[in-house]
Amino acid sequence: MSLDRSDVERIAHLARIAIDDSEIPEYTESLNSILTLIDQLQATSTDGITPLAHPMDAVQRLREDEVTECNQRDRLQACAPAVEEGLFLVPKVIE
Amino acid sequence: MFNLTLSELSQALSRGEYSSRELTQAFLDRIQSLDTQYNSFITISEEQAIEQAKAADAIRAAGKATRLTGLPIAHKDLFCTQGIRTSCGSKMLDNFISPYNATLVERLNQAGMVTLGKTNMDEFAMGSSNESSYYGAVKNPWDAGRVPGGSSGGSAAAVAARLIPASTGSDTGGSIRQPAALCGITGLKPTYGRISRYGMIAYASSFDQAGPMTRTAEDAALLLQAMAGEDPLDSTSSTQAVPDYTSTLNDNLSGLRIGLPKEFFAEGTDPLILQRVQEAVAEFEKMGATVKEISLPNTQLSIPSYYILAPAEASSNLSRFDGVRYGHRCDTPKDLEDLYKRTRAEGFGAEVKRRIMVGTYALSEGFYDAYYRKAQQIRRVIQQDFIDALNEVDVIMAPVTPCSAFHLGEKNSDPVSMYMEDIFTLSLNLAGLPGISIPCGFADHLPVGLQVIGNYFAEGKLLNIAHQYQQVTAWHQQAPANLSED
Repeated sequence: MSLDRSDVERIAHLARIAIDDSEIPEYTESLNSILTLIDQLQATSTDGITPLAHPMDAVQRLREDEVTECNQRDRLQACAPAVEEGLFLVPKVIE
Repeated sequence: MFNLTLSELSQALSRGEYSSRELTQAFLDRIQSLDTQYNSFITISEEQAIEQAKAADAIRAAGKATRLTGLPIAHKDLFCTQGIRTSCGSKMLDNFISPYNATLVERLNQAGMVTLGKTNMDEFAMGSSNESSYYGAVKNPWDAGRVPGGSSGGSAAAVAARLIPASTGSDTGGSIRQPAALCGITGLKPTYGRISRYGMIAYASSFDQAGPMTRTAEDAALLLQAMAGEDPLDSTSSTQAVPDYTSTLNDNLSGLRIGLPKEFFAEGTDPLILQRVQEAVAEFEKMGATVKEISLPNTQLSIPSYYILAPAEASSNLSRFDGVRYGHRCDTPKDLEDLYKRTRAEGFGAEVKRRIMVGTYALSEGFYDAYYRKAQQIRRVIQQDFIDALNEVDVIMAPVTPCSAFHLGEKNSDPVSMYMEDIFTLSLNLAGLPGISIPCGFADHLPVGLQVIGNYFAEGKLLNIAHQYQQVTAWHQQAPANLSED
Protein backbone atom coordinates (compact mmCIF):
# COMPACT_ATOMS: atom_id res chain seq x y z
CA MET A 1 0.00 0.00 0.00
CA SER A 2 1.01 3.58 -0.51
CA LEU A 3 1.07 6.43 2.00
CA ASP A 4 -0.47 9.79 1.28
CA ARG A 5 0.01 13.18 2.87
CA SER A 6 -2.37 12.56 5.78
CA ASP A 7 -0.72 9.19 6.57
CA VAL A 8 2.65 10.89 6.81
CA GLU A 9 1.21 13.60 9.07
CA ARG A 10 -0.34 10.93 11.30
CA ILE A 11 2.90 8.90 11.51
CA ALA A 12 4.93 12.03 12.30
CA HIS A 13 2.46 12.85 15.06
CA LEU A 14 2.68 9.31 16.50
CA ALA A 15 6.49 9.62 16.43
CA ARG A 16 6.25 13.10 18.03
CA ILE A 17 8.26 14.74 15.28
CA ALA A 18 7.16 18.16 14.03
CA ILE A 19 7.07 18.20 10.27
CA ASP A 20 6.83 21.25 7.98
CA ASP A 21 4.30 21.28 5.19
CA SER A 22 7.17 21.82 2.79
CA GLU A 23 8.85 18.58 3.94
CA ILE A 24 5.82 16.35 3.51
CA PRO A 25 6.21 15.56 -0.22
CA GLU A 26 9.81 14.45 0.30
CA TYR A 27 8.96 12.26 3.31
CA THR A 28 5.96 10.79 1.49
CA GLU A 29 8.16 9.82 -1.45
CA SER A 30 11.01 8.34 0.58
CA LEU A 31 8.73 6.49 3.02
CA ASN A 32 6.82 5.03 0.08
CA SER A 33 10.00 3.80 -1.56
CA ILE A 34 11.03 2.15 1.74
CA LEU A 35 7.57 0.57 2.06
CA THR A 36 7.88 -0.81 -1.46
CA LEU A 37 11.15 -2.42 -0.37
CA ILE A 38 9.78 -3.95 2.84
CA ASP A 39 6.57 -5.08 1.18
CA GLN A 40 8.68 -7.67 -0.69
CA LEU A 41 8.20 -9.82 2.40
CA GLN A 42 4.51 -10.21 1.74
CA ALA A 43 5.19 -12.58 -1.18
CA THR A 44 6.77 -15.16 1.14
CA SER A 45 4.54 -17.53 3.10
CA THR A 46 5.48 -17.69 6.78
CA ASP A 47 2.58 -19.78 8.05
CA GLY A 48 3.46 -21.71 11.18
CA ILE A 49 6.88 -20.12 11.67
CA THR A 50 7.55 -18.91 15.20
CA PRO A 51 8.70 -15.27 15.19
CA LEU A 52 12.32 -14.75 16.26
CA ALA A 53 12.58 -11.84 18.69
CA HIS A 54 16.15 -12.39 19.80
CA PRO A 55 18.95 -14.19 17.93
CA MET A 56 19.71 -16.45 20.90
CA ASP A 57 16.04 -16.98 21.80
CA ALA A 58 17.15 -15.75 25.22
CA VAL A 59 14.86 -14.90 28.08
CA GLN A 60 15.28 -12.04 30.50
CA ARG A 61 17.72 -12.82 33.28
CA LEU A 62 16.67 -11.70 36.73
CA ARG A 63 18.81 -10.76 39.70
CA GLU A 64 18.10 -10.54 43.40
CA ASP A 65 16.01 -7.49 44.29
CA GLU A 66 18.73 -5.72 46.22
CA VAL A 67 19.81 -2.09 46.34
CA THR A 68 23.02 -2.01 44.34
CA GLU A 69 23.33 1.64 43.34
CA CYS A 70 23.87 4.73 45.41
CA ASN A 71 21.94 7.95 44.83
CA GLN A 72 23.69 10.03 42.18
CA ARG A 73 20.85 12.31 41.18
CA ASP A 74 22.88 15.50 41.02
CA ARG A 75 25.53 13.94 38.82
CA LEU A 76 23.00 12.39 36.45
CA GLN A 77 20.99 15.61 36.25
CA ALA A 78 24.04 17.66 35.35
CA CYS A 79 23.41 16.96 31.66
CA ALA A 80 19.67 17.84 31.78
CA PRO A 81 18.42 20.91 29.90
CA ALA A 82 16.35 22.29 32.81
CA VAL A 83 16.25 21.17 36.45
CA GLU A 84 15.22 22.79 39.71
CA GLU A 85 15.69 21.36 43.20
CA GLY A 86 16.29 17.89 41.80
CA LEU A 87 13.26 17.96 39.49
CA PHE A 88 13.23 17.95 35.69
CA LEU A 89 11.36 21.00 34.39
CA VAL A 90 8.76 20.60 31.65
CA PRO A 91 5.96 22.87 30.38
CA LYS A 92 2.89 22.93 32.60
CA VAL A 93 0.80 19.76 32.04
CA ILE A 94 -1.93 20.15 34.68
CA GLU A 95 -4.03 23.31 34.78
CA MET B 1 55.66 4.39 14.73
CA PHE B 2 52.42 5.23 12.89
CA ASN B 3 52.67 2.14 10.73
CA LEU B 4 53.08 -0.21 13.69
CA THR B 5 50.28 -2.44 14.94
CA LEU B 6 49.04 -2.49 18.53
CA SER B 7 51.05 -5.63 19.07
CA GLU B 8 54.24 -4.03 17.73
CA LEU B 9 53.67 -0.80 19.66
CA SER B 10 53.15 -2.87 22.80
CA GLN B 11 56.56 -4.47 22.32
CA ALA B 12 58.14 -1.08 21.67
CA LEU B 13 56.66 0.25 24.93
CA SER B 14 57.91 -2.72 26.90
CA ARG B 15 61.39 -2.34 25.39
CA GLY B 16 61.31 1.30 26.55
CA GLU B 17 61.78 2.74 23.04
CA TYR B 18 59.34 5.44 24.04
CA SER B 19 56.87 6.11 26.82
CA SER B 20 53.10 6.03 26.49
CA ARG B 21 53.22 9.79 27.11
CA GLU B 22 55.43 10.22 24.02
CA LEU B 23 53.41 7.77 21.94
CA THR B 24 50.17 9.51 22.88
CA GLN B 25 51.53 12.95 22.05
CA ALA B 26 52.83 11.73 18.68
CA PHE B 27 49.42 10.36 17.69
CA LEU B 28 47.61 13.45 19.02
CA ASP B 29 49.89 15.67 16.92
CA ARG B 30 49.27 13.50 13.87
CA ILE B 31 45.50 13.68 14.35
CA GLN B 32 45.67 17.46 14.78
CA SER B 33 47.70 17.95 11.64
CA LEU B 34 46.08 15.41 9.29
CA ASP B 35 42.46 14.89 10.30
CA THR B 36 41.40 18.13 8.63
CA GLN B 37 41.63 16.01 5.43
CA TYR B 38 39.42 13.16 6.67
CA ASN B 39 37.09 14.52 9.39
CA SER B 40 37.31 11.16 11.12
CA PHE B 41 37.20 12.56 14.68
CA ILE B 42 34.33 14.45 16.30
CA THR B 43 36.16 15.08 19.58
CA ILE B 44 39.84 14.87 20.47
CA SER B 45 40.26 14.27 24.20
CA GLU B 46 43.81 15.53 24.58
CA GLU B 47 43.78 16.39 28.28
CA GLN B 48 42.29 13.09 29.42
CA ALA B 49 44.56 11.17 27.04
CA ILE B 50 47.68 12.67 28.53
CA GLU B 51 46.46 11.89 32.05
CA GLN B 52 45.73 8.28 31.03
CA ALA B 53 49.14 7.99 29.34
CA LYS B 54 50.94 9.24 32.45
CA ALA B 55 49.02 6.74 34.56
CA ALA B 56 49.92 3.96 32.08
CA ASP B 57 53.60 4.87 32.30
CA ALA B 58 53.39 4.68 36.09
CA ILE B 59 51.75 1.24 35.88
CA ARG B 60 54.51 0.07 33.55
CA ALA B 61 57.19 1.46 35.88
CA ALA B 62 55.57 -0.54 38.70
CA GLY B 63 55.85 -3.70 36.59
CA LYS B 64 52.09 -4.14 36.26
CA ALA B 65 51.60 -3.48 32.53
CA THR B 66 49.33 -5.68 30.39
CA ARG B 67 49.81 -6.04 26.64
CA LEU B 68 47.39 -3.14 26.12
CA THR B 69 48.78 -0.76 28.75
CA GLY B 70 49.64 2.63 27.31
CA LEU B 71 48.37 1.95 23.78
CA PRO B 72 46.22 4.57 22.05
CA ILE B 73 42.67 3.90 20.89
CA ALA B 74 39.68 5.93 19.67
CA HIS B 75 36.06 5.10 20.39
CA LYS B 76 33.13 5.40 18.05
CA ASP B 77 31.09 8.31 19.34
CA LEU B 78 28.19 6.12 20.45
CA PHE B 79 30.16 4.64 23.35
CA CYS B 80 29.61 6.71 26.48
CA THR B 81 32.84 8.18 27.82
CA GLN B 82 32.71 9.82 31.21
CA GLY B 83 33.58 13.51 31.01
CA ILE B 84 33.99 13.43 27.22
CA ARG B 85 31.23 14.50 24.83
CA THR B 86 29.31 11.53 23.40
CA SER B 87 27.33 12.89 20.43
CA CYS B 88 26.32 9.75 18.48
CA GLY B 89 26.89 11.91 15.39
CA SER B 90 23.73 13.87 16.19
CA LYS B 91 22.74 17.44 16.95
CA MET B 92 20.48 15.83 19.56
CA LEU B 93 23.51 14.93 21.70
CA ASP B 94 25.88 17.70 20.60
CA ASN B 95 25.98 18.97 24.20
CA PHE B 96 25.88 15.57 25.94
CA ILE B 97 28.75 14.83 28.30
CA SER B 98 28.25 11.33 29.59
CA PRO B 99 28.19 10.87 33.37
CA TYR B 100 29.49 7.30 33.04
CA ASN B 101 31.59 4.99 30.85
CA ALA B 102 30.26 2.25 28.60
CA THR B 103 31.38 -1.14 29.95
CA LEU B 104 33.56 -1.64 26.88
CA VAL B 105 35.30 1.71 27.50
CA GLU B 106 35.67 0.88 31.18
CA ARG B 107 37.30 -2.46 30.38
CA LEU B 108 39.76 -0.99 27.90
CA ASN B 109 40.56 1.76 30.43
CA GLN B 110 41.16 -0.91 33.07
CA ALA B 111 43.53 -2.66 30.67
CA GLY B 112 45.46 0.62 30.53
CA MET B 113 44.51 1.86 27.07
CA VAL B 114 44.57 5.58 26.32
CA THR B 115 41.50 7.19 24.69
CA LEU B 116 42.59 9.80 22.16
CA GLY B 117 39.11 10.81 21.08
CA LYS B 118 35.73 9.96 19.64
CA THR B 119 35.27 9.05 16.01
CA ASN B 120 32.74 10.31 13.49
CA MET B 121 29.78 8.15 12.53
CA ASP B 122 26.45 8.15 10.76
CA GLU B 123 23.86 9.80 13.01
CA PHE B 124 22.71 7.24 15.61
CA ALA B 125 24.58 4.61 13.54
CA MET B 126 21.97 4.82 10.78
CA GLY B 127 23.79 4.82 7.47
CA SER B 128 26.32 3.09 5.25
CA SER B 129 28.39 6.07 4.12
CA ASN B 130 28.97 8.30 7.16
CA GLU B 131 27.20 11.10 5.28
CA SER B 132 24.33 11.36 7.79
CA SER B 133 26.62 12.67 10.56
CA TYR B 134 25.70 16.06 12.02
CA TYR B 135 29.47 16.74 11.98
CA GLY B 136 29.84 16.23 8.24
CA ALA B 137 30.94 13.38 6.02
CA VAL B 138 34.17 11.48 6.54
CA LYS B 139 36.53 11.14 3.57
CA ASN B 140 37.99 7.79 2.58
CA PRO B 141 41.80 7.95 3.01
CA TRP B 142 42.23 5.94 -0.22
CA ASP B 143 40.32 8.56 -2.22
CA ALA B 144 39.05 11.73 -0.58
CA GLY B 145 36.20 11.97 -3.07
CA ARG B 146 34.72 8.73 -1.79
CA VAL B 147 32.91 7.58 1.34
CA PRO B 148 34.62 5.48 4.04
CA GLY B 149 31.46 3.43 4.53
CA GLY B 150 29.35 3.53 7.64
CA SER B 151 28.18 3.75 10.19
CA SER B 152 31.62 3.31 11.85
CA GLY B 153 33.17 5.39 9.04
CA GLY B 154 35.31 7.61 11.27
CA SER B 155 36.72 4.61 13.13
CA ALA B 156 37.66 2.90 9.85
CA ALA B 157 39.11 6.00 8.17
CA ALA B 158 41.18 6.92 11.25
CA VAL B 159 42.76 3.44 11.37
CA ALA B 160 43.35 3.38 7.60
CA ALA B 161 44.99 6.82 7.70
CA ARG B 162 47.25 5.68 10.56
CA LEU B 163 45.79 8.39 12.82
CA ILE B 164 45.22 5.71 15.44
CA PRO B 165 46.35 2.07 15.56
CA ALA B 166 42.90 0.76 16.56
CA SER B 167 39.36 1.88 17.24
CA THR B 168 36.04 0.55 18.41
CA GLY B 169 32.97 0.26 16.24
CA SER B 170 29.46 -1.08 16.38
CA ASP B 171 27.65 -3.26 13.87
CA THR B 172 23.86 -3.36 13.62
CA GLY B 173 23.61 -4.26 9.93
CA GLY B 174 27.23 -4.17 8.75
CA SER B 175 28.53 -0.99 10.37
CA ILE B 176 31.90 -2.51 11.34
CA ARG B 177 32.49 -4.83 8.39
CA GLN B 178 31.42 -2.55 5.54
CA PRO B 179 33.59 0.47 6.47
CA ALA B 180 36.46 -1.92 7.32
CA ALA B 181 36.17 -3.33 3.77
CA LEU B 182 35.91 0.10 2.12
CA CYS B 183 38.92 1.44 4.05
CA GLY B 184 41.11 -1.67 3.81
CA ILE B 185 41.29 -2.57 7.51
CA THR B 186 40.28 -5.51 9.73
CA GLY B 187 36.87 -5.32 11.43
CA LEU B 188 35.24 -7.95 13.63
CA LYS B 189 31.55 -8.14 14.44
CA PRO B 190 31.30 -10.67 17.28
CA THR B 191 28.34 -12.89 18.14
CA TYR B 192 25.36 -10.95 19.51
CA GLY B 193 25.91 -10.52 23.25
CA ARG B 194 29.66 -11.28 23.22
CA ILE B 195 30.46 -7.70 24.26
CA SER B 196 28.30 -5.74 26.70
CA ARG B 197 25.99 -3.11 25.21
CA TYR B 198 25.91 -1.09 28.45
CA GLY B 199 26.66 2.53 27.65
CA MET B 200 26.47 1.96 23.89
CA ILE B 201 23.74 4.28 22.65
CA ALA B 202 21.03 1.99 21.33
CA TYR B 203 19.86 1.85 17.73
CA ALA B 204 18.29 -1.63 17.38
CA SER B 205 18.89 -3.54 20.58
CA SER B 206 18.42 -7.09 19.28
CA PHE B 207 21.04 -6.43 16.57
CA ASP B 208 23.58 -3.97 18.04
CA GLN B 209 27.00 -5.45 18.71
CA ALA B 210 30.31 -3.72 19.40
CA GLY B 211 33.64 -4.89 18.03
CA PRO B 212 37.27 -3.98 17.34
CA MET B 213 38.56 -2.23 14.21
CA THR B 214 42.27 -2.74 13.67
CA ARG B 215 44.89 -3.31 11.02
CA THR B 216 45.49 -6.98 11.86
CA ALA B 217 43.56 -9.96 13.16
CA GLU B 218 46.12 -10.33 15.93
CA ASP B 219 45.28 -6.83 17.20
CA ALA B 220 41.56 -7.60 16.95
CA ALA B 221 42.15 -10.67 19.14
CA LEU B 222 44.00 -8.58 21.74
CA LEU B 223 41.15 -6.07 21.91
CA LEU B 224 38.32 -8.60 21.86
CA GLN B 225 39.99 -10.39 24.77
CA ALA B 226 39.67 -7.24 26.86
CA MET B 227 36.23 -6.21 25.58
CA ALA B 228 34.30 -9.50 25.72
CA GLY B 229 32.46 -11.11 28.59
CA GLU B 230 29.38 -11.11 30.75
CA ASP B 231 28.34 -7.82 32.29
CA PRO B 232 25.85 -7.54 35.16
CA LEU B 233 24.83 -4.16 33.68
CA ASP B 234 23.65 -5.76 30.39
CA SER B 235 21.29 -8.67 30.88
CA THR B 236 21.64 -9.58 27.18
CA SER B 237 25.41 -10.00 27.45
CA SER B 238 26.43 -13.62 27.03
CA THR B 239 27.40 -15.78 30.00
CA GLN B 240 29.61 -17.99 27.79
CA ALA B 241 33.22 -18.12 28.98
CA VAL B 242 35.66 -16.00 26.96
CA PRO B 243 38.39 -18.18 25.42
CA ASP B 244 42.01 -17.08 24.95
CA TYR B 245 41.77 -15.66 21.44
CA THR B 246 45.50 -15.14 20.95
CA SER B 247 46.38 -18.75 21.80
CA THR B 248 44.52 -20.13 18.75
CA LEU B 249 45.74 -17.61 16.15
CA ASN B 250 48.30 -20.05 14.80
CA ASP B 251 46.12 -23.15 14.65
CA ASN B 252 46.54 -25.15 11.44
CA LEU B 253 43.79 -24.66 8.85
CA SER B 254 44.27 -28.02 7.14
CA GLY B 255 40.86 -29.65 6.68
CA LEU B 256 38.92 -26.42 7.22
CA ARG B 257 35.60 -26.68 5.37
CA ILE B 258 34.71 -23.43 3.60
CA GLY B 259 31.26 -22.78 2.16
CA LEU B 260 30.65 -20.27 -0.62
CA PRO B 261 26.97 -19.23 -0.72
CA LYS B 262 25.95 -19.03 -4.36
CA GLU B 263 23.56 -16.16 -3.61
CA PHE B 264 26.53 -14.01 -2.53
CA PHE B 265 28.38 -14.63 -5.80
CA ALA B 266 25.50 -13.84 -8.15
CA GLU B 267 25.20 -10.99 -10.64
CA GLY B 268 24.99 -7.49 -9.27
CA THR B 269 28.36 -7.51 -7.53
CA ASP B 270 31.45 -5.89 -9.04
CA PRO B 271 33.23 -8.78 -10.88
CA LEU B 272 36.58 -7.48 -9.62
CA ILE B 273 35.39 -7.92 -6.03
CA LEU B 274 34.26 -11.48 -6.73
CA GLN B 275 37.64 -12.18 -8.34
CA ARG B 276 39.54 -10.90 -5.27
CA VAL B 277 37.36 -13.02 -2.98
CA GLN B 278 37.94 -16.12 -5.14
CA GLU B 279 41.69 -15.46 -5.02
CA ALA B 280 41.52 -15.24 -1.24
CA VAL B 281 39.61 -18.52 -1.06
CA ALA B 282 42.36 -20.10 -3.20
CA GLU B 283 44.92 -19.05 -0.57
CA PHE B 284 43.00 -21.07 2.00
CA GLU B 285 42.89 -24.06 -0.33
CA LYS B 286 46.70 -23.88 -0.46
CA MET B 287 46.64 -24.16 3.35
CA GLY B 288 44.61 -27.36 3.09
CA ALA B 289 41.06 -26.05 3.31
CA THR B 290 38.29 -27.59 1.24
CA VAL B 291 35.68 -25.52 -0.57
CA LYS B 292 32.10 -26.27 -1.51
CA GLU B 293 29.16 -24.30 -2.83
CA ILE B 294 26.33 -23.82 -0.36
CA SER B 295 23.03 -21.96 -0.45
CA LEU B 296 21.52 -19.28 1.75
CA PRO B 297 18.30 -19.20 -0.25
CA ASN B 298 16.53 -16.36 1.58
CA THR B 299 19.35 -13.82 1.42
CA GLN B 300 17.21 -11.39 -0.58
CA LEU B 301 14.65 -11.25 2.23
CA SER B 302 17.20 -10.03 4.74
CA ILE B 303 16.98 -6.41 3.59
CA PRO B 304 13.18 -6.02 3.87
CA SER B 305 13.16 -7.96 7.15
CA TYR B 306 15.94 -5.84 8.63
CA TYR B 307 14.38 -2.56 7.46
CA ILE B 308 11.24 -3.39 9.39
CA LEU B 309 12.78 -4.74 12.58
CA ALA B 310 15.66 -2.29 13.02
CA PRO B 311 13.53 0.86 12.48
CA ALA B 312 10.83 -0.62 14.76
CA GLU B 313 13.37 -1.07 17.55
CA ALA B 314 14.85 2.36 16.76
CA SER B 315 11.47 4.08 16.98
CA SER B 316 11.12 2.71 20.49
CA ASN B 317 14.73 3.27 21.58
CA LEU B 318 14.89 6.84 20.31
CA SER B 319 11.70 7.86 22.09
CA ARG B 320 13.98 8.63 25.04
CA PHE B 321 15.15 11.77 23.26
CA ASP B 322 12.39 14.06 24.44
CA GLY B 323 14.19 17.22 25.55
CA VAL B 324 13.64 16.48 29.24
CA ARG B 325 16.55 14.52 30.71
CA TYR B 326 19.51 15.13 28.39
CA GLY B 327 20.43 16.40 24.98
CA HIS B 328 18.85 19.05 22.79
CA ARG B 329 15.72 20.94 23.88
CA CYS B 330 13.83 23.38 21.70
CA ASP B 331 13.42 27.00 22.80
CA THR B 332 10.26 28.19 24.59
CA PRO B 333 7.98 25.16 24.17
CA LYS B 334 4.32 26.16 24.53
CA ASP B 335 3.24 22.79 25.92
CA LEU B 336 4.60 19.27 26.45
CA GLU B 337 3.68 18.05 22.97
CA ASP B 338 5.34 21.07 21.40
CA LEU B 339 8.45 20.33 23.51
CA TYR B 340 8.64 16.76 22.20
CA LYS B 341 7.85 17.52 18.60
CA ARG B 342 10.10 20.51 18.03
CA THR B 343 12.95 19.06 20.10
CA ARG B 344 12.91 15.92 17.94
CA ALA B 345 12.38 17.81 14.67
CA GLU B 346 15.40 20.03 15.42
CA GLY B 347 17.62 17.38 17.01
CA PHE B 348 17.32 14.52 14.51
CA GLY B 349 18.54 14.48 10.91
CA ALA B 350 16.55 13.28 7.90
CA GLU B 351 17.61 9.60 7.87
CA VAL B 352 16.97 9.18 11.61
CA LYS B 353 13.51 10.72 11.22
CA ARG B 354 12.77 8.44 8.26
CA ARG B 355 13.69 5.32 10.22
CA ILE B 356 11.73 6.41 13.30
CA MET B 357 8.69 7.00 11.09
CA VAL B 358 9.05 3.66 9.27
CA GLY B 359 9.32 1.90 12.63
CA THR B 360 6.42 3.83 14.09
CA TYR B 361 4.29 2.88 11.10
CA ALA B 362 5.32 -0.81 11.24
CA LEU B 363 4.34 -0.97 14.91
CA SER B 364 1.14 1.04 14.59
CA GLU B 365 -2.28 -0.42 15.18
CA GLY B 366 -3.45 -2.70 12.41
CA PHE B 367 -0.03 -3.17 10.77
CA TYR B 368 1.82 -5.16 13.43
CA ASP B 369 1.09 -8.61 11.99
CA ALA B 370 1.78 -7.62 8.40
CA TYR B 371 5.12 -6.02 9.17
CA TYR B 372 6.73 -6.65 12.55
CA ARG B 373 5.53 -10.20 13.15
CA LYS B 374 6.13 -11.15 9.52
CA ALA B 375 9.66 -9.76 9.63
CA GLN B 376 10.39 -11.70 12.84
CA GLN B 377 9.21 -14.89 11.13
CA ILE B 378 11.52 -14.19 8.19
CA ARG B 379 14.27 -13.56 10.70
CA ARG B 380 13.94 -17.13 11.90
CA VAL B 381 13.94 -18.42 8.29
CA ILE B 382 17.21 -16.58 7.64
CA GLN B 383 18.73 -17.86 10.87
CA GLN B 384 17.73 -21.41 9.94
CA ASP B 385 19.46 -21.04 6.55
CA PHE B 386 22.70 -20.24 8.37
CA ILE B 387 22.26 -23.06 10.89
CA ASP B 388 21.75 -25.55 8.04
CA ALA B 389 24.76 -24.20 6.12
CA LEU B 390 27.01 -24.27 9.19
CA ASN B 391 26.12 -27.93 9.71
CA GLU B 392 27.81 -28.62 6.37
CA VAL B 393 30.82 -26.31 6.59
CA ASP B 394 32.98 -24.72 9.31
CA VAL B 395 32.90 -21.18 7.93
CA ILE B 396 31.28 -19.22 5.13
CA MET B 397 33.30 -16.88 2.91
CA ALA B 398 31.80 -14.09 0.85
CA PRO B 399 32.28 -10.50 -0.24
CA VAL B 400 31.51 -7.79 2.33
CA THR B 401 30.04 -5.32 -0.14
CA PRO B 402 28.68 -5.43 -3.69
CA CYS B 403 30.88 -2.48 -4.75
CA SER B 404 33.98 -0.72 -3.48
CA ALA B 405 33.92 2.77 -1.93
CA PHE B 406 31.40 4.92 -3.80
CA HIS B 407 31.54 8.67 -4.39
CA LEU B 408 30.37 11.12 -1.76
CA GLY B 409 26.79 12.05 -2.61
CA GLU B 410 26.31 9.12 -4.99
CA LYS B 411 23.70 7.25 -2.94
CA ASN B 412 22.80 9.93 -0.47
CA SER B 413 19.56 11.08 -2.05
CA ASP B 414 18.00 7.62 -2.38
CA PRO B 415 17.70 5.75 0.94
CA VAL B 416 16.79 2.44 -0.70
CA SER B 417 19.91 2.36 -2.90
CA MET B 418 21.94 3.02 0.26
CA TYR B 419 20.16 0.14 2.04
CA MET B 420 21.15 -2.29 -0.75
CA GLU B 421 24.77 -1.66 0.22
CA ASP B 422 24.18 -3.94 3.26
CA ILE B 423 22.99 -7.01 1.32
CA PHE B 424 25.97 -9.20 2.31
CA THR B 425 26.30 -8.02 5.90
CA LEU B 426 22.95 -7.64 7.56
CA SER B 427 21.74 -11.24 7.37
CA LEU B 428 24.40 -12.01 10.02
CA ASN B 429 22.89 -9.46 12.36
CA LEU B 430 19.46 -11.00 11.85
CA ALA B 431 20.94 -14.37 12.84
CA GLY B 432 23.23 -12.94 15.56
CA LEU B 433 26.30 -14.62 14.06
CA PRO B 434 29.90 -13.35 14.09
CA GLY B 435 31.71 -12.13 10.97
CA ILE B 436 35.04 -10.55 10.15
CA SER B 437 36.12 -8.36 7.25
CA ILE B 438 39.77 -8.50 6.18
CA PRO B 439 41.51 -6.79 3.27
CA CYS B 440 41.97 -9.14 0.28
CA GLY B 441 43.18 -6.88 -2.52
CA PHE B 442 42.01 -4.00 -4.63
CA ALA B 443 39.43 -3.22 -7.30
CA ASP B 444 40.50 -0.19 -9.36
CA HIS B 445 42.87 0.94 -6.58
CA LEU B 446 40.18 0.73 -3.89
CA PRO B 447 40.30 -1.83 -1.06
CA VAL B 448 38.20 -5.00 -1.18
CA GLY B 449 37.13 -6.95 1.90
CA LEU B 450 36.76 -10.69 2.40
CA GLN B 451 34.00 -11.63 4.82
CA VAL B 452 34.40 -14.76 6.94
CA ILE B 453 31.28 -15.88 8.79
CA GLY B 454 31.38 -18.42 11.60
CA ASN B 455 29.10 -20.21 13.99
CA TYR B 456 27.93 -18.67 17.28
CA PHE B 457 30.89 -17.76 19.51
CA ALA B 458 33.41 -18.87 16.85
CA GLU B 459 35.32 -15.57 17.11
CA GLY B 460 38.50 -17.51 17.92
CA LYS B 461 38.18 -19.49 14.68
CA LEU B 462 37.50 -16.35 12.61
CA LEU B 463 40.53 -14.61 14.09
CA ASN B 464 42.63 -17.73 13.50
CA ILE B 465 41.58 -17.82 9.84
CA ALA B 466 42.14 -14.09 9.36
CA HIS B 467 45.53 -14.25 11.07
CA GLN B 468 46.71 -17.18 8.93
CA TYR B 469 45.66 -15.29 5.79
CA GLN B 470 47.59 -12.25 7.01
CA GLN B 471 50.69 -14.41 7.46
CA VAL B 472 50.78 -15.30 3.75
CA THR B 473 49.43 -12.08 2.20
CA ALA B 474 50.30 -8.41 2.60
CA TRP B 475 47.00 -6.73 1.72
CA HIS B 476 46.46 -5.67 5.34
CA GLN B 477 49.81 -3.85 5.29
CA GLN B 478 48.94 -1.63 2.34
CA ALA B 479 48.51 2.03 3.19
CA PRO B 480 46.95 4.83 1.16
CA ALA B 481 49.71 6.28 -1.04
CA ASN B 482 49.44 9.91 0.01
CA LEU B 483 49.99 9.35 3.74
CA SER B 484 52.98 11.01 5.29
CA GLU B 485 55.34 8.54 6.93
CA ASP B 486 57.07 9.03 10.23
